[in-house]
Amino acid sequence: MKTVLKTENLHKVYSLGSFLRGVKINALDDVNLRVESDQPVIISLVGESGSGKTTLAKVVLRLIEPSSGSAVVYDQQVAGKGVRPAKREFLSTVQPIFQNPFEAFSSYRTVDSYLERTAMFVNGLSRTQAVGAMEEALASVGLKFVDVKGKYPNQFSGGELQRVSVARALIPHPQIIIADEPVSMIDASLRMNVINLFLSLKQKFSTSFLYITHDLATAYYISDYLAVMYRGCIVEFGEARIVLTNPQHPYTKLLLESIPSTKWKWVRKQMAESDIETKEYRFVGCKFHNRCSLAQDICIQKRPLAIKKADGRDVYCHFAE
Amino acid sequence: MIKLNNLVANYTTVRGQVSAVDGVQLEIPSGIILGVAGESGCGKTTLMKIIYGDIGFPLSLPSGNIEYNFRTEKGEPVTTKNIKNFWFKRISYIPQSSMSSLNPVIRVNQQFVDFLKDGQRKADVLAQVRTYVQELGLPAEAVDAYPHQLSGGMRQRIMVAMATFFQPDIILADEPTTALDVVVQKGILLLLMNLQEKMKNTIFFVSHDMGVHYQITHKMLIMYAAKAVEYGDSSDVFERPLHPYTKLLTESLPTIGDERTRQGVAGRPPSLWDDLRGCRFADRCPLVTELCRTKEPELIEYRSGHSAACHCAEKLL
Repeated sequence: MKTVLKTENLHKVYSLGSFLRGVKINALDDVNLRVESDQPVIISLVGESGSGKTTLAKVVLRLIEPSSGSAVVYDQQVAGKGVRPAKREFLSTVQPIFQNPFEAFSSYRTVDSYLERTAMFVNGLSRTQAVGAMEEALASVGLKFVDVKGKYPNQFSGGELQRVSVARALIPHPQIIIADEPVSMIDASLRMNVINLFLSLKQKFSTSFLYITHDLATAYYISDYLAVMYRGCIVEFGEARIVLTNPQHPYTKLLLESIPSTKWKWVRKQMAESDIETKEYRFVGCKFHNRCSLAQDICIQKRPLAIKKADGRDVYCHFAE
Repeated sequence: MIKLNNLVANYTTVRGQVSAVDGVQLEIPSGIILGVAGESGCGKTTLMKIIYGDIGFPLSLPSGNIEYNFRTEKGEPVTTKNIKNFWFKRISYIPQSSMSSLNPVIRVNQQFVDFLKDGQRKADVLAQVRTYVQELGLPAEAVDAYPHQLSGGMRQRIMVAMATFFQPDIILADEPTTALDVVVQKGILLLLMNLQEKMKNTIFFVSHDMGVHYQITHKMLIMYAAKAVEYGDSSDVFERPLHPYTKLLTESLPTIGDERTRQGVAGRPPSLWDDLRGCRFADRCPLVTELCRTKEPELIEYRSGHSAACHCAEKLL
C-alpha cells in the first residue's frame, strides 16, 4: 500500500502584530493524518476560514516550512526538518491548483506560455515536444490547443480558465493535485463541470486529489476521505460518506446544520457565537469548548486525543458517543 | 407594491452602449424578501444600483421608471432621481464586502452618526445605537472598535445594524454573506429574517447560492443575460420551475446523502455585445426549438403569480 498522504505532529505558528505586543497563532496544531491506498483517492479538507486548511496545503506544496513535524506525500518526504526533495521529482509528484484562476495567471502573459514552461522545465521536453504534451493535457480537460494558444486570461470565463490551470497541473502527470478552493470563484451553474472533471481525471489518469473547500456538499459528492478542521486542529477524520451522513463531533454537526440546502429548511434557533479568534487558537483544551453544548470542565483543561471508532474514523472529542 | 416598469440600464464603454438590464418589468409586493439569482454578469447588481438610484456615469437609465412603495413628506411620488434623499432613511444597502465599505481609520460608532437626521443629538443616537447593536447579538464594545478589530461576521452584523437602524421600507442586500463561512452565514441570515418579520420591510436579496434563497426568500427572480426569465413564489420556483435554466440551476448542485451524478449547465452565457436574437438561453437549453432561435420569449404568467419567459414553459407545467 502506498502512503498517499501522511502528516505527523505537524505544527505551524504564525506571529501576528508587533515584536512587543505580538500574538502567536497556531495555524496548524498537532495535525496527524494518514491515508494509505493503492487506488487513487480524493481527500477533502473542510472547515471555516482560519481553520488551517490552506496552511496545510502550503506545507504539502513546500510553499511554507512547518514549525515542527513532518509530511509525506506518495512515499516522498516533502516537509520536515532538513527535508529538501529534488525539485523536478517533487514537482512531478505534487502539483497545485489555486482558488482564483485570474490571479494564478498573469494578465500580461498568454496562458499557453505557462503550460509550455511546465512541459519544458518539469518534464524536460524541447519546445516542439512541449506542443504535444500541451495538446494532450488540454484535451483531457475538454479544451482544444488551438482555442487556447496565444490567448490572455481575460479572454476566458472563470470555468474555462480553471480548466486550463487543471491542464497545466496535469502536464507532469503528478500523482496528487492539491486543489485549494478550486470552485469557490466559479458560478454555481459551471461549478459541477469542474468537479466532474476531477472525478474523471481520477479514473482516467489515476490522479489523487487533496480537495480543500468549505462546501460540504461538493466534498460529499467527490471525496473518499474527509478531514474536518477547526482552529488548526483536526476534529474528525474518516471516510467521507461515514463522516457526513453520521457526524459525531459537535462541530461537524454544527457545520452540517448550517448548510443552506434546497431540501430542508433551517431550524430557527439561537446559535452559539464564537469568541475572538486569536483567543480561540490559544485554548489549552478543546478549541471548540466555548461553543459546544456538551462542554464540561475536562474540555477546558485537556485537549481531546483521537478516538478510533469501529468504522475507522478518528474523532477528537471527550464526549462523542 | 414596488413597480419596475420596463427598465433598461446601459453602460457606456469605449466600444459603445451595452445593456446590462434589458427590459425588466415586475410588480413586487411590499413586506417580502425577494431573492434575485443568476450567473455573474447577468445584471443582478446593476438592477440593485438602479433601484437604489445610484445612477451615474458609466451607468445610465435610457428608459423605464420605478414606482416605490413610499412617498415624500409632501406626498409627491419618489423616483430614481430623488431617491437619494432617502438613502439609509427609507432605503438602505448591505454590501458584499464589509471591509471595503466601513471606513478603516475611524471607529464604528462615528460611522453610525454619519447619517444623522437634523436636530438629533449625537450622544442620544449613540446610546440608541449601543442598545440596538446588542439586540443584534453583538458585544457593546464592538461599536467602539475599528473595523479591522472585528471578525468578518461581526462586521457584517454591523452593516446589517446600520442598514436596519432607521427601519427603512426597502433594504437592498447584494451578496451580503458570500464572503462568510456557513456557520456565520446562517447566523446573519437568521438575524435578517427575524428583523424583516419584525419591521416588515421589503428586502431585495441578491445571491448566486440557490440554497440561501431557498432558506430565506418569499419570492424569487431569476435573471439570465440581462433579462428576467422567471418570477414567482419561492416554493413554486424551487418545486415546479417553469424555465429550463432555473431547473438546471437547482438540479446541478449536489446534496449530502444523494448519490446521483450532477451535471453543470454546459456552455456559457452569450456576450451582451452580440446581436442577440431569440431566447438568450437557446444555445445552452436542452428543450430548444426553432422558434427559440428566432423569437424572443416574453415574461408570461403561466400559473397564478408565477411567470416565465420561455416558449417551452408549458411543457414544464
